[in-house]
Amino acid sequence: MPHASAPPDDPTPFNTDAVREVIRAAASVPGAMLPVLHAVQGHLGHIPSEVVPLVAQALNVSRAEVQGVLDFYHDFRRAPPGRHLVWICRAESCQAMGAEAIETHARNHLGLAYHETTADGALTLEPVYCLGNCACSPAVRVDGEIHGRMDPIRFEKLVEELRAETVTA
Amino acid sequence: MSARVFVPADSGALSVGAEQVARAILAEAEQRREPVTLVRNGSRGLYWLEPMVEVETRAGRIAYGPVRAEDVPDLFAAGFLSGHSHRLGHGLTDHIPYLAGQERLTFARVGLSEPLNLADYCEQGGFVGLRRALEMPPDALIREVTDSGLRGRGGAGFPTGVKWSTVGKAVAATKYVVCNADEGDSGTFSDRMLMEGDPYCLIEGMIIAARAVGAQEGYIYSRSEYPHAFAILASAIQRAREAGYLGPDILGTGQAFDLEVRLGAGAYICGEETSMLESLEGRRGLVRFKPPLPAISGLFGQPTVINNVMSLASVPVILAKGSAFYRDYGVGRSQGTLPFQLAGNIRHGGLVEKAFGLTLNELLYDYGGGSASGRPIRAVQVGGPLGAYLPESRFDVPLDYEAYSRIDAMIGHGGIVAFDDRVDMAKMARYAMEFCAIESCGKCTPCRIGSQRGVEIIDRIVAGRERSKNLILLDSLCDTMVNGSLCALGGMAPYPVRSALQHFPADFGIDTSGIAERERTETVPSRRI
Repeated sequence: MPHASAPPDDPTPFNTDAVREVIRAAASVPGAMLPVLHAVQGHLGHIPSEVVPLVAQALNVSRAEVQGVLDFYHDFRRAPPGRHLVWICRAESCQAMGAEAIETHARNHLGLAYHETTADGALTLEPVYCLGNCACSPAVRVDGEIHGRMDPIRFEKLVEELRAETVTA
Repeated sequence: MSARVFVPADSGALSVGAEQVARAILAEAEQRREPVTLVRNGSRGLYWLEPMVEVETRAGRIAYGPVRAEDVPDLFAAGFLSGHSHRLGHGLTDHIPYLAGQERLTFARVGLSEPLNLADYCEQGGFVGLRRALEMPPDALIREVTDSGLRGRGGAGFPTGVKWSTVGKAVAATKYVVCNADEGDSGTFSDRMLMEGDPYCLIEGMIIAARAVGAQEGYIYSRSEYPHAFAILASAIQRAREAGYLGPDILGTGQAFDLEVRLGAGAYICGEETSMLESLEGRRGLVRFKPPLPAISGLFGQPTVINNVMSLASVPVILAKGSAFYRDYGVGRSQGTLPFQLAGNIRHGGLVEKAFGLTLNELLYDYGGGSASGRPIRAVQVGGPLGAYLPESRFDVPLDYEAYSRIDAMIGHGGIVAFDDRVDMAKMARYAMEFCAIESCGKCTPCRIGSQRGVEIIDRIVAGRERSKNLILLDSLCDTMVNGSLCALGGMAPYPVRSALQHFPADFGIDTSGIAERERTETVPSRRI
């Protein structure tokens, strides 16, 4: 089901001309909606509500159409995420190998539920339903990289590295 | 002489440290002044040995694994560059029983060399099928695929040649070939492995499909969960175009066909073919009513071939070696091979391509080596999150489409997820409904509302609240979902639920002795297909 929650107010400013250019560059293919939204999210990290009319105009569709697509797909985020995105695989293969222990660990030690961001802004936790790494379950994904044969201790180490890295950066 | 060393760049191998191993090998080689040529191949599919390092010797490739970066100095000291023995050594890769026992037709090349190396691809038999296809009239080409017995490997098992024939006969200015690479089923990774490890094979299959039906444009709809596969496909398409395999005039034949890889956005339902078309057209992935079939009115309203990665990647070998060669594998109406994927709680997880007709017992124990935990395997889910859970008493049923449908199960995409005896099957049944609720596109009521109610009813059954009444209600709900849903998501989510209930009633708190047993058999009839 589409996400039901209302988008949070997002005051992050962005350069409208640059976003228009990103949209224009991605809009040349047939059925360009997903490529355009991916491009905007790649550029801004999320898709602010102010972008919706820009996309609607560029693709010659209604704002409702854009909004509907945004809400339908799990990938598109309406608010800025943490500096790193961490997905824990919740699917059957990973469950069979103890994914739940990693979930529990995240909840108890990071105090994070899914779709939440740590207070230091280092990472946002998301669920994912299969990363295609089922022969090395359980799996998590950090940004563009998949990590297999995960366990709570390795997960903790991974998270600590992400948080330390952003503190020194 | 520089030794050739293979370290996979497959995302599964990378997920367990292949990059660190590759770097350690280069660093150690430099320090020891022993020159190596590092090849970043795809995975051979022996994932429990990943990162699996291979060294080329006169006798063949020798495998070592699983290798950690800290093992590398020791491997050098033992002389692994010359194939010498080591505690991580497994001898000749091709002689490892897991691999030696396989019948790799679709996966013949995966893991052998660098995925983007076009010269290697051609050297290993690539484009032989395409060259033959380009010399054949389209109807002969379709007949060849029909005669091979190839059926849709995405799960539905529809004869590929028949589908192609429908699109071929349709009259339209533009036709499309769309590859469904939205491999969302848990326990499946063969599409990913092939796209990452042998992308030209998929591209070749798509060009052949385009030639057969007269299509000019093609799309590969790939999941956003597969960033590596997406990047490799994009490069492969570019290189294939530069080499003249794609574009306005394929290999000087006058045939035009070009391809784009398109990224999904994290919606499981977009693996359903009509939902995928909606997504490709830039809309929410709402399932379409059928008819019209996509073969008649598909992408942008035009006749469209939609095939799974495995179906399309099986086409080149069929064309290269002939339909009879392919058809001779398999049993009954399940012809050819299927790349099975062993996942979950299994000691030797990985890819096993075999002809249809073998059993779960062979896969789980001969190949898989039993559970990873060492405990008994209690349940196995075959065919993804919408597939049935099977108990040990079904492990001897031959894996062919018809035999599986007779036991109310499906082979699907060939994903096999094992669970040991600690699994709570009521929890897995609940998860099946929960997953359906999360991923439902929302268009039809049985799926959208039914899955939510299913979660609640299972909760009441497990809590022991009016159990008999709720079991009847759950059964009725499952009937409604099976018969009333628009697509397989709502239509098949009851399969894991009913099979869990049928085979593992105790997990739901159902007393299986005496009167309760009678009640169970009365209220939980086997589902129908």
